Amino acid sequence: MYDYAAGKMDWFAAGLPREGSAASTTRIADRARAEVLTAAPDDEVETVTGRLVDGEILVVVNGERVVLGVVTAESLEEANGRSVDRFMQEAPTTYRPHTAADEVAEWMRADDAHTHVLVTDPGGHLLGVAHRRDVEGSESGS
Amino acid sequence: MPTSLDRDGVQELLERDAQLVDVLGARAYEQEHIPGAINIPLAELPSRVERLRQDAPVVVYCADSL
Repeated sequence: MYDYAAGKMDWFAAGLPREGSAASTTRIADRARAEVLTAAPDDEVETVTGRLVDGEILVVVNGERVVLGVVTAESLEEANGRSVDRFMQEAPTTYRPHTAADEVAEWMRADDAHTHVLVTDPGGHLLGVAHRRDVEGSESGS
Repeated sequence: MPTSLDRDGVQELLERDAQLVDVLGARAYEQEHIPGAINIPLAELPSRVERLRQDAPVVVYCADSL
């Protein structure tokens, strides 16, 4: 006997087929972008500011791609000569890939500052980022 | 003690006609499961395992690792 230890959430997070009455529900993983700007915590600000545009976020990750925090272009203004970890928002809100997109959209509507959401696996490894415009566009009837 | 598999390992075994068993409750299984999986809740597994085919590998899974 074998044990698929990571479970069905791992299967679904990989975009593999699923069956059942809730199988057609749009998940946040369906709306997340895998291509994400990332940086190490000790990267200097100057190495990342040119890559970060207004309205976007950069995710600070460790060597195993575990999320440590996020930074925005605004948070890095006048921050030259220092490492990004000094300006990051620590412990950002994250969602598992299988979370219903409607649930995430509701969280985003609760605060205008909720413009992005990080999607991670149970170990905190970064899988993608979902932007508000992509999440709200996925709501039922949209 | 079952042998732990990752996703690639599961897919390889499925190509060898493995039996996939969802050990969650019936409701969770009905809502969403991996295609081809049958549902045997974990508490019932010991009494029903002998009813599985003996000529093919059996892969059990839950929701996730936590």
